[in-house]
Amino acid sequence: MTTANVTRSIDARGMPCPGPLMSLIGAIREGAVGDVIEVLSSDEGSRTDIPAWTGKAGHEMVEIVEEEGYARFIVKKAR
Amino acid sequence: MDDGQTLSLVLFSGTDDRLNAAAVLTAGAAAMGRRVNIFLQYWALDAFRADRILKDHGIAPEAGAEGAEAVRRHGGSHWSEIFRQSKEIGEVGIHACSLSMEMFGLKVEDLDPLVDDQEGVASFFLEVDGPVTFI
Repeated sequence: MTTANVTRSIDARGMPCPGPLMSLIGAIREGAVGDVIEVLSSDEGSRTDIPAWTGKAGHEMVEIVEEEGYARFIVKKAR
Repeated sequence: MDDGQTLSLVLFSGTDDRLNAAAVLTAGAAAMGRRVNIFLQYWALDAFRADRILKDHGIAPEAGAEGAEAVRRHGGSHWSEIFRQSKEIGEVGIHACSLSMEMFGLKVEDLDPLVDDQEGVASFFLEVDGPVTFI
């Protein structure tokens, strides 16, 4: 998975928990099945929350890419 | 994806830190598909008044000066915005305690639209299916 496949990117860096997750949920709800959403987050809670929500909600956790001071969470809307 | 126990919260304290903590719990529960059932009493109810919701409601006394500064510096969305987002993504009911409403001489229209209605304590327990958390 590369950046080229991302349908929508959300920069949630600096937002505390649960801001980045809430932004992801909003984008998934607005998107279409098959969309790939990327969330940039510097919140440590996102590391557990985004995979937990993605699994529970039945979407696909494609990849978590570590960057300097934040991570990119790439999620595919599966339903 | 509604499953699991309802998160039942009684909010009593009206300070911004406690209301923010309650909003974060609500958001997490709503995101994970749990219903959330909230009862507003006393100072928490007062903080949900339409004309006061965005005002400074202070910080719990145990914070001290240093703790209060850390909370204020941290930023993030206002707790009312986190409750609003929670209502968008899940099933979150926010009910005003009729006893507190009467004590403060309030009507439902005096409250922020986040509050669904007012009810008595027994009605609140109609929706309770597990432990009740008091904040």
